[in-house]
Amino acid sequence: MLLSRVLDEKMAGLYRAGKIQGGVFLSRGQEALSASLGLALRKGDIFAPLIRDGAGRLAFGEPVLDAVRTYLGSVLGPMRGRDGNVHRGRPREGLLPMISHLGAMISVVNGALMARRFKKMEGCVGAASVGDGATSTGAFHEALNQAAVERLPLVLVVANNQYAYSTPNRRQFACEDLMDKAAGYGVPARHVDGTDLEDCLRVLAMTVAQTRAGGGPQMVVASLLRLCGHGEHDDASYIDEELKQSPLGRDCLKVAEERLLREGWADAEAIGALRRQVTQEVDEAVATVQREPGPDPYKENWCALSSRHLTEVFKDLEPAPQP
Amino acid sequence: MSITYLEAIRAAQAKALADDPRVFIYGQDVGAFGGAFKATKNLAREFPGRVLDAPISEDAIVGAAIGAAIEGMRPIIEMQYADFSTPGLNQIINQAATLFWRTQVPCPITIRLPSGGTSGAGPFHSQSLECLYAHYPGLIVMTPATVEDAYSMLLEAVALDDPVIFCEHKRLYSHLKAPALPTEAMPVGKARIARAGRDLTIVAYSAMVQDALAAAEELAAEGLEIEVVDLRSIKPLDTDTIMASVARTGRLLCVGESFPWGGVTAEVIARVAAEGFGLLDAPPQRLNAKDTPIPFHPNLWLVHRPTAESVCAAARNLLEM
Repeated sequence: MLLSRVLDEKMAGLYRAGKIQGGVFLSRGQEALSASLGLALRKGDIFAPLIRDGAGRLAFGEPVLDAVRTYLGSVLGPMRGRDGNVHRGRPREGLLPMISHLGAMISVVNGALMARRFKKMEGCVGAASVGDGATSTGAFHEALNQAAVERLPLVLVVANNQYAYSTPNRRQFACEDLMDKAAGYGVPARHVDGTDLEDCLRVLAMTVAQTRAGGGPQMVVASLLRLCGHGEHDDASYIDEELKQSPLGRDCLKVAEERLLREGWADAEAIGALRRQVTQEVDEAVATVQREPGPDPYKENWCALSSRHLTEVFKDLEPAPQP
Repeated sequence: MSITYLEAIRAAQAKALADDPRVFIYGQDVGAFGGAFKATKNLAREFPGRVLDAPISEDAIVGAAIGAAIEGMRPIIEMQYADFSTPGLNQIINQAATLFWRTQVPCPITIRLPSGGTSGAGPFHSQSLECLYAHYPGLIVMTPATVEDAYSMLLEAVALDDPVIFCEHKRLYSHLKAPALPTEAMPVGKARIARAGRDLTIVAYSAMVQDALAAAEELAAEGLEIEVVDLRSIKPLDTDTIMASVARTGRLLCVGESFPWGGVTAEVIARVAAEGFGLLDAPPQRLNAKDTPIPFHPNLWLVHRPTAESVCAAARNLLEM
């Protein structure tokens, strides 16, 4: 959680300094939920994170360098400058790179799980993360139904952070609770307080374990508030002040830290040391990546097919070479 | 003993399933029922657990195929009709087509689109969507016009590491027959001279090759020698074979069953005009379906799409230019 937060702060700083092309999308407010999901999964599982899953990615094993390289467009990163920011992943290692179209990753997780079943690999779980906005897409409903029909070990985590970009829940859905959507497909759903790390750890661990044990697809709906804009370009001025002051508006990182101190599980010094350690880790990653090259358009093969021999060559008129 | 275009498609899928344990078929009604057109007849019984009925969820069907492909499987998706691939368009063009470019992980999926018009099928069971898919980088689009190609190209589609949109023409399903399945095939990406001639080149693909051949036969009775180029795949498009044919004939008519705006016929003419302008003795011409939804009634449908008759007329006009 802390590493994710510190990494976010660094990326936001680089964005404000004009060092990052494109957007920066922070996980602020969703770290407890996301980290709990990442921790409940294990190597060999499938994970399709969404925009605010910085913490879950790290907990699942994504290197800090992958995030920094993708944000800064390093050619050494997993996306090599071809895609940026949160659209990164390592599909061969079970970490699926999101496309921007919401809900679209869920059925991809389903398919990966179907493949595991064909290959008779047992005990795998696939997790997909979405927000309240994605529950309005057809893709979400098709995929949840598909997982139920195939009885796949899917854990679908819905982070209800009250806004899809600027659109509040009341303009997004009319059901009492987002858990109702799962009921329609015969999928059990649980609620979790996304601001409370302990609740998140408990519910996600239980849900993932039950799914792993053959319990079929399950959904988890977390209540939380996005503590930042949609991206760093967005000042989030539309977020209701009352919500910010409500329990939903608590910062999950602060809540967790207070608990650690209250229980005596860590003291301020230990937490300070941890923060210094992760800050150093992030700073080193950024310093490393800032020395790495971006992609070279003249070395780029401009080939979208794996079958190179079937790539079309378009003979556009090139500008005349300069003398 | 003869085999139809549809039987060839079924046989290719049976062979793919038998040869490669990574292959499975997923689509609506493809299981015990054997598919709306029976292209998967008996396959669920012959390959238990590997031919799966899907819910009516084209987006999730394609999404699942992509996920399975990432995990090393080689899914064949049957869209019940090409027209119904549009609810799955997002997964095809934004997920499948971009995966390799973004991650270097290939996406070997084959999506079968029963395409094209049959009389009485109307606006939503008749479309030819190959041009739509050919527009997107990262997809291969095959348009087999013969029984032999239906078989060998489908096998090649499954073997390729890239997403393939396999446009099989419904009107050819039972009408088109061959003596036997082929034992060898041309490589994907190469067009075929379906009929040699020296007066005019007709470039066609899918069922339009058959109409073009019928037109060429009719014109032969008038002493005209029409060359017919069967594109086989529209992406990649074999410009070299087209250009060589136009170099022989000096006249180009390009025929497609899809809607007229843009598309394969426009692409072929653009390439010939740009790269082979000097080869042309007359302005290149194109013939497509009309720019309306596809009509239901046979009286309307028969003139909506190009036919051997309209191809003949267009060829005669072009020969007089």
